[in-house]
Amino acid sequence: MPDPSKSETVLDTTAADAPTTVAPDTSDHDALTIDVGPEGETLLEIDHVTLRFGGVVALNDVHFSIKRGEILGLIGPNGAGKTTCFNVMTGVYTPTSGEVRFSGKVISGTKPHKINQLGIARTFQNIRLFPEMSALENVMVGCDARHKTSVMGALFRAYRVRPAEHQLPQNPLRRSLAKVFGVSRHTMEERGGRIKSMELLKFVGIADRAHELSRNLPYGYQRRLEIARALATEPELLCLDEPAAGFNPAEKEDLMDLIRRIRDLGHTVLVIEHDMKLVLGVTDRIVVLEFGQKIAEGSPEEVARNPKVIAAYLGEPDDAA
Amino acid sequence: MSQILDAYRGLKLRDRMSGAPGWVRKVGMLLVIAFAFYLPFLNILPFAYIRTDLTSSGSDWASVLFLVVVYMIVAVGLNVVIGFAGLLDLGYVGFYALGAYSVALFGSPSSPVVEAIQNRFGLDETWAVPFVMCIPIAIVMALIAGVTLGAPTLRLRGDYLAIVTLGFGEIIRITARNLDNVTNGATGISGVPVPPGPEIDGRSFFNTIDAERWYWLALSILILIIFLAFRLEHSRVGRAWLAIREDEDAAAIMGVAAFKFKLWAFAIGASVGGIAGLLFGSKQQYVEPNAFMVNLSFLFVAMVVIGGSGNIYGVLLGAFLLTYLPERFREFQEWRPFAFGVALVVVMILRPQGLVPSRRRAREFEDRKVEAEEAAADA
Repeated sequence: MPDPSKSETVLDTTAADAPTTVAPDTSDHDALTIDVGPEGETLLEIDHVTLRFGGVVALNDVHFSIKRGEILGLIGPNGAGKTTCFNVMTGVYTPTSGEVRFSGKVISGTKPHKINQLGIARTFQNIRLFPEMSALENVMVGCDARHKTSVMGALFRAYRVRPAEHQLPQNPLRRSLAKVFGVSRHTMEERGGRIKSMELLKFVGIADRAHELSRNLPYGYQRRLEIARALATEPELLCLDEPAAGFNPAEKEDLMDLIRRIRDLGHTVLVIEHDMKLVLGVTDRIVVLEFGQKIAEGSPEEVARNPKVIAAYLGEPDDAA
Repeated sequence: MSQILDAYRGLKLRDRMSGAPGWVRKVGMLLVIAFAFYLPFLNILPFAYIRTDLTSSGSDWASVLFLVVVYMIVAVGLNVVIGFAGLLDLGYVGFYALGAYSVALFGSPSSPVVEAIQNRFGLDETWAVPFVMCIPIAIVMALIAGVTLGAPTLRLRGDYLAIVTLGFGEIIRITARNLDNVTNGATGISGVPVPPGPEIDGRSFFNTIDAERWYWLALSILILIIFLAFRLEHSRVGRAWLAIREDEDAAAIMGVAAFKFKLWAFAIGASVGGIAGLLFGSKQQYVEPNAFMVNLSFLFVAMVVIGGSGNIYGVLLGAFLLTYLPERFREFQEWRPFAFGVALVVVMILRPQGLVPSRRRAREFEDRKVEAEEAAADA
């Protein structure tokens, strides 16, 4: 006799797969909360970074830092070097001079996947999902970044772990086998990753289309899926590259709410954005770049009043020169 | 032609398979395996027409089956490299040769290597490394070769990698031919050991006459390798390979150690190729460099591509067709290269993604076609 009270075990993924509403899920996501150090400490430091491509100076002596637990905005006109700055932080480019420090460790010159393991994840300005994977699989790739099983583990599944009582399978034969021999770490991680991925999709509000190929998802879903995938790697620092590009005002409101909820999970957020309303509404502090140089830094109010920033965005009046 | 293809699509075999209940699939799988084991004795008309020894000039049926299965092992191994990880390896015959040569060099009492060991340690003239020990030696040799080849070359992408691996296959063969005092050069090595087994009718269990025993051995190994390949495909490793294939840079930023996983794909492919070579060399009981010409590499790649790269069932079909058909229609032997070329062209025109493609690979193919058309329209 199947016991209905047991149908909601962790192994039962049907509950997690059930469609939910499109509206972002604002319920508690305790499982997604990450462990971080004390708030307010310097998490990432861009220390006088210069990056040259031949004669072109993409970043010129840029210096700023991000404190743990804050939402920092990085703004500037087109071509100011915002995305380049992201690329330096995530290991795509190595700075010509200066260094990037993450939790006190120098990370400039480290390979991208190592930097991800240290705890930095990002999204892309022009969406770069894995189009042939379902939304769920995309997030699971992110989860794999924290998994220990390697190729031999996946092949032979010899490393056994003892599952907790509620994680045992329902099938009586499998149940007793799992009790005697344990379950391979690969299987446990695979199940755990599935459940966590589903949870993340609910968190960003796109769980209703979890099993669709990511290429077939609507634009707004793809943007949010990128965020879910980045969150799956459990980053201390999440970098969002123009997350609101192409969004309508209502979607932007949702996004601001999402960014705040991400911070509440314990992540520090760095966001590049053009939309001033969104940036001023959600960030604690703003850094302004122009032509690869930092021209201002401060609270949203200070930055919005800063004449240099106004000039950068609107152009300088003729009589000012 | 397209009507035939449409009719085939209408069957939706794959949907029916995946839609069937678990026990139906399991029983079906067992029946297929049982039938495969029974194949050497297949003698019921009209099915017996698939046998290759109906005419006196035909080749031994069980030997053909053995070769088919060995090439299936090769195809499954190469599919890990080409189909899963998306790396074009044109020198796969190198690993195949290494497997065959390791069992010959260490297992044959008359090989220069074993003779050197005999002299060094004052061993009996009939002494050689036992066959069972040769298996790990072959796997490790191929694995080391795969890693040594992969470590520097996997930083290359696309065509460059194909050229380098093409060279590797030839290097192995030419080395084997010219290292006279290690590999006996072009003469080759005879007396390659066979797997141990009870003696029957005064002959060892695995001998040159009873080819069906070799076939059963190879088939069992093939089933084991397919099982492991499925495990890999449906694990984080398969996901990582797919992510690398789709967007390597994005995958790296999402924490996928791209280089590590590509190297693993190479190493796994290499060791499977080594196992296939070991079976081949042991069955022949004779290994010579000319058995590992570069065109064998092309045949292996053609099996994977025609069958359907990325789909294990597809590459099995590809290996079967490209090995079995030439043997079945031996009468037309002089037409073989021509038929092979025509078949390749036809498949590439009508079904470029392969006969039984992986669904993902088929869509990737469509995408690339659309991109190319758009690029052509822009230009």
